Amino acid sequence: MSEKKTNRRDFLFTATYAVGAVGVGATVWPMIDQMNPDASVKALASTEVDVSSVSPGKTITVLWRGKPVFIRRRTEEEITEAKSVKLEDLKDPQKDEDRAKNPEWLVMLGVCTHLGCVPLDQKGDYNGWFCPCHGSHYDISGRIRKGPAPTNMEVPKYEFVNANTIKIG
Amino acid sequence: MKNFLRILFLIISIGCVSFNSYSAEKIEYLKTDWSFKGLFGKFDRGALQRGYQVYTEVCSSCHSMKYLSYRNLSEKGGPEFTVEQAKAIAASFEVKDGPNADGEMFIRPGKLSDKFVMPYENVKAAQAANGGAYPPDMSVLVKARGGGANYIYSLLQGYEDPPAGVTLDDGVYYNKFMYGNKIKMANQLSDGLVEYADGTQATIEQMSKDVTTFLMWTAEPHLEARHQMGFKVIVYLIILTILVYFSMKKIWSRIETEV
Amino acid sequence: MSDHEYVPKSKFGKWFNDRLPLLSLASHLTDYPTPKNLNYWWTFGGILTFCLITQIVTGLTLAMHYIAHADMAFESVEHIMRDVNYGWLIRYIHSNGASMFFLAVYIHIFRSLFYGSYKSPREVIWIIGIIIYLLMMAAAFMGYVLPWGQMSFWGATVITNLFSAIPLVGEGIVTWLWGGYSVDNPTLTRFFTLHYLIPFLILGLVVLHIWALHVPGNNNPVGIDVKKPSKDTVPFHPYIVIKDGFALLMFMIVFAFFIFYTPNILGHADNYIEADPLVTPAHIVPEWYLLPFYAILRSVPDKLLGVVAMLSAILILAALPWLDTSKIRSAVFRPLYKQFYWILVADVLILGYVGAMPAEGLYLLIARVATAYYFLHFLVILPVLGLKEKTLPIPLSITESVLGGSPNLATAKNKESLNN
Repeated sequence: MSEKKTNRRDFLFTATYAVGAVGVGATVWPMIDQMNPDASVKALASTEVDVSSVSPGKTITVLWRGKPVFIRRRTEEEITEAKSVKLEDLKDPQKDEDRAKNPEWLVMLGVCTHLGCVPLDQKGDYNGWFCPCHGSHYDISGRIRKGPAPTNMEVPKYEFVNANTIKIG
Repeated sequence: MKNFLRILFLIISIGCVSFNSYSAEKIEYLKTDWSFKGLFGKFDRGALQRGYQVYTEVCSSCHSMKYLSYRNLSEKGGPEFTVEQAKAIAASFEVKDGPNADGEMFIRPGKLSDKFVMPYENVKAAQAANGGAYPPDMSVLVKARGGGANYIYSLLQGYEDPPAGVTLDDGVYYNKFMYGNKIKMANQLSDGLVEYADGTQATIEQMSKDVTTFLMWTAEPHLEARHQMGFKVIVYLIILTILVYFSMKKIWSRIETEV
Repeated sequence: MSDHEYVPKSKFGKWFNDRLPLLSLASHLTDYPTPKNLNYWWTFGGILTFCLITQIVTGLTLAMHYIAHADMAFESVEHIMRDVNYGWLIRYIHSNGASMFFLAVYIHIFRSLFYGSYKSPREVIWIIGIIIYLLMMAAAFMGYVLPWGQMSFWGATVITNLFSAIPLVGEGIVTWLWGGYSVDNPTLTRFFTLHYLIPFLILGLVVLHIWALHVPGNNNPVGIDVKKPSKDTVPFHPYIVIKDGFALLMFMIVFAFFIFYTPNILGHADNYIEADPLVTPAHIVPEWYLLPFYAILRSVPDKLLGVVAMLSAILILAALPWLDTSKIRSAVFRPLYKQFYWILVADVLILGYVGAMPAEGLYLLIARVATAYYFLHFLVILPVLGLKEKTLPIPLSITESVLGGSPNLATAKNKESLNN
């Protein structure tokens, strides 16, 4: 008889603990989630850029989600150079065609994939970008060639709304 | 257990005292069946959409709505226009943006992320255009008035000819629900003023109700989520309280005394 | 602190405990002998701890989004209410949490008044409690300023102007408090800083409050000392923990009702109007928990004396252990005191009511009578009562009272000797 009683008591306590733990978990979540991007930040997810004034061989930098985005209008030579690189020479193999759908325009996040600094334009051993923080060299397609960065600079989601306007995000 | 009821009673009575003390001046406002009242209260989508129409076509020429963005119109718990509709609404407004690469401000169609366009540049401009009275921002207006939704609803229908002996200055109107009865806003509503897309008769009463519902939403955009979560939380707490109560009884039964 | 030696079972536990006796502390807290006859009025200590932690956690999260600037404060609060994930929930918990905190603290204080918990040897616990209460009022007042609504602004103006009543230096102090010639951005930023700081001071004082409590142990409804720990007490865990937990859950149900169904009822509508230094609201009212003191302030027709009366009304509580001359703690055995106690409760509620009303006519008269009675209670009634009152016989032990043993001759004699 006493054993039965113990079981029931155990069940009651277990149930109380379990239900209580669920409540604590549910209470903690809003306190964590409040630090995630809020509704007004999410609403700014896309931005439109007018690129009509960018001449070949020039890069503009625009701000998107608080980060710089490089938009470069590449020259014929640069495109040829970018396409001629052999995939086996690359640390993070990726074809130029996959990075720039329209080869004239390279659009990528101007953030070094090492630790987040902004690389410098037209610098480094590969005529692309060079990150001054820890010495990563990128080529004219934004691919990592030398230095500590593990991957190529990221290409965000973007599209040409018309010939002169790029919508990022 | 007896002590508990006493505690509860005390809490409730203190609550009542403080509640009553704030509604010192009692005016009987007009009442209507608000869909958003009660434990499960939700907004009436149709009323919110019609209310938005009344706000845009009537109120927005003087009253700003500065804490709302067009994206809010398609968010859950609001008028719930489709995203496409909300985009079209936003695009129908002209937004000042800039500076551009030349350092100049420019006008472009509104986007979802834009705040509601304001009727005046600033408070001074609003006052200058309205005989010195600032038409208050409507974002939280319902919460900023003691009578809440009933007050706004009544005020819109409270215009009357002044009783004998009351003289009104130019640009001042008589409203039986206004504090002091004198209001600088003229009666704005008349039957059939707007044409509702859903075929609802645009009577003064209907428009008042719709726009007040809309203003309740702008002041409390998360009201539906709050009601839903509240019900769940309270049910949960009751279940846990019962479990803890029996656990307590079990534990205290080891002692030869009463809890 | 602990009256028994605790030795951890594991070797590492012992090694650690010898260097930092956290395990001994935990053991002390769980085994802490608590009178077994505590009623539900004693659960508010735990509830208050919950309130403090809730306010600190929600306050920290709100501070991540709030902007302490006169031009942006109101807007940032609306941003929290509209855009921040669960921002509306966190803010409503925090704003209603302040009210719940005061509700609980008033019950806690009046429990102490009824059962004489402030009497020897618990005077220090009581005085720390009064300091905590003062800090709570400061924190609540400054917190109410932060949304920068009309009530925030004018409440801040009125309360800071209280200091101008001080002769000679008053005006200077007010200017110093403001950091300008009116309540403005510098005032807001310093209030935010202090509002952020005070809860941690309170937390520290709460530790001292509990420490001081654990020296003599809890008072109890019969108000007599624990005679036989084995019979009269239970270990804090699990007996008191589960009981406090049960009461806390009941409290949370009421709390939740306010948050989810009437979140703005305890606030004032005018605080949803952005601060405007050119227009004063028709009716300036503090939050409900400050109303009794506001009534005392307004009942005195002189500026300086009004402020003095208001401050005295709070500070007089600190002298209570010496103003109350009775040796018997619990009102259960003090039939006359019990009646005066309830009159005081009514008096404070009346003060709260008239504090919300306009200070004119009948309300002003009632406020004056109630104010006079408030001081009469502490300064005259309590000292005299302790000397004159015929008290009831107290039981020999807690266990006896719990078991319902009828007071016998011995206890009656005990009583007499205490009185003489």
